[in-house]
Amino acid sequence: MTPQIVTLTVNSRTHQVALGAHITLLRALRDLGYTDVKNGCEKGDCGACAVLLDGKAVNSCLVLAWQADGAQINTNAGLGTQENPHPLQVAFADHGAVQCGYCTSGAIIAAHALLEANPAPTETEIRQALSGNLCRCTGYGQITEAVQAAAAVMQKVKGG
Amino acid sequence: MLPDYDSLAPATWAEALAALAAQPDVVPIAGGTNVVVGMRAGELRGRTLMDINRLPELHGIRVSDGHVVIGGGTTVAELLASPAITEHAYPLHQAAAAFANPLVRNRATIGGNLVDASPAADTYPPLLVLDAEVELVSLHGVRWLPLDQFVLGVNQTERRPEELLRSVRWPLAPERSAGLHHKLALRKGTACSVMSAAVRVDTDQLGRCTAARIALGAVAPRPIRAHEAEQSLVGESLTEVTIRRAAQLAGQACRPIDDVRSSAAYRRRVAEVVVRRLLTAVDLELKEGAQA
Ligand SMILES: Cc1cc2nc3c(=O)[nH]c(=O)nc-3n(C[C@H](O)[C@H](O)[C@H](O)COP(=O)(O)OP(=O)(O)OC[C@H]3O[C@@H](n4cnc5c(N)ncnc54)[C@H](O)[C@@H]3O)c2cc1C
Ligand code: FES
Ligand code: FES
Repeated sequence: MTPQIVTLTVNSRTHQVALGAHITLLRALRDLGYTDVKNGCEKGDCGACAVLLDGKAVNSCLVLAWQADGAQINTNAGLGTQENPHPLQVAFADHGAVQCGYCTSGAIIAAHALLEANPAPTETEIRQALSGNLCRCTGYGQITEAVQAAAAVMQKVKGG
Repeated sequence: MLPDYDSLAPATWAEALAALAAQPDVVPIAGGTNVVVGMRAGELRGRTLMDINRLPELHGIRVSDGHVVIGGGTTVAELLASPAITEHAYPLHQAAAAFANPLVRNRATIGGNLVDASPAADTYPPLLVLDAEVELVSLHGVRWLPLDQFVLGVNQTERRPEELLRSVRWPLAPERSAGLHHKLALRKGTACSVMSAAVRVDTDQLGRCTAARIALGAVAPRPIRAHEAEQSLVGESLTEVTIRRAAQLAGQACRPIDDVRSSAAYRRRVAEVVVRRLLTAVDLELKEGAQA
């Protein structure tokens, strides 16, 4: 096995790293310091590792890092800043949708992808969109409310 | 720790086929939702992974020459979003909607689902009732196989190691035809099928069945068609009696196993019930269509 140079642009910062072919995008991101991307199951079941890969929400544990060579990756931490958080991040905090926080980054990524495609989702649509994101703390009610609240805020901002 | 692998990312179709022909241990990787999981479990045969996502030959959904043709690299999310699939392959649309979850659907491809050939692979039953064929391509040539002949057993297909599954096609349905799919699982999201079924019925002007297709997943070592059940409907109108008999025959076609998700007895019983309900719903749809 020869490590190969992989170029990953994460939250607008470009990195070049030498990686073995078996290294997943999840591992590569965490090793680069993007530890907001969580490792829950490493087999696609939990969604804790979700990121946007060229705009699409995917489980980074199911992507080999070299398959993402040249791609744009966004993680939850890249969606906002401490001073200027994303409406989803605010709503998750305000609605008690973050308890231990392990699922939060992935859930926000899945919710972000939903709101891009469907700015005013119903509760059922939210639950379906987040059906790949397991949460062992909240029971999902608060997460659903948070996504609805964020959608309302984002609609208002858009509407002026 | 994952063992060591090599990677290939061919830029062209010709390069990809040449790599497969030259090295028998090259494993194509599309969405990786089976391959990466298999790799972690130490179950992957082959030491060189070849990414095929960037090959344009594997992409696109089009309707031409009386057929729907889709690239083997089409993701389940793309199927779900395609108006052509909703219109011309409604059972496949339904299967895409019930497939895994949105995160997995953005990666998982139809080619990967068919080549992995799990008995529970959810795209098989709808594609079987649509009379789908798969196109296999290698440096040595191109061949088309009916899907029913392509799949052999648990994770086994007719695909040769040097072949790529380039596309899947099926004929447009005739008039007065309707089809539906249902997936039964233990949860609504991210759940492997306990049993899944798809049916399709073509009828003549008098409402008599001219052809029927009934396909079942997760009830045998491979996705199956219930041929006797299909035959029992031909020439008949769909009635409570003919539907019940076909459903019973479909249940008898199952060769299920007991596993963590269900007992064999439950699978056989529920296959009958689901087929009965699907045929009843198809009958209703055909009658509504006739009135419209
Ligand atoms: C959390 C989770 C949930 C899932 N839920 C479901 C579900 O609900 N229903 C279901 O049916 N499956 C499910 N699966 C299984 C899997 O997602 C599907 O089988 C998927 O369609 C595989 O596609 P892929 O592109 O990811 O395949 P890969 O993993 O990339 O490849 C699978 C196999 O196909 C071969 N291959 C891929 N493309 C080609 C091609 N074009 N030509 C030749 N060979 C090829 C590969 O070499 C490999 O052997 C799930 C998996 C996970 C991890
Ligand atoms: S860590 Fe990727 S889905 Fe669980
Ligand atoms: S907040 Fe703990 S897993 Fe969701």
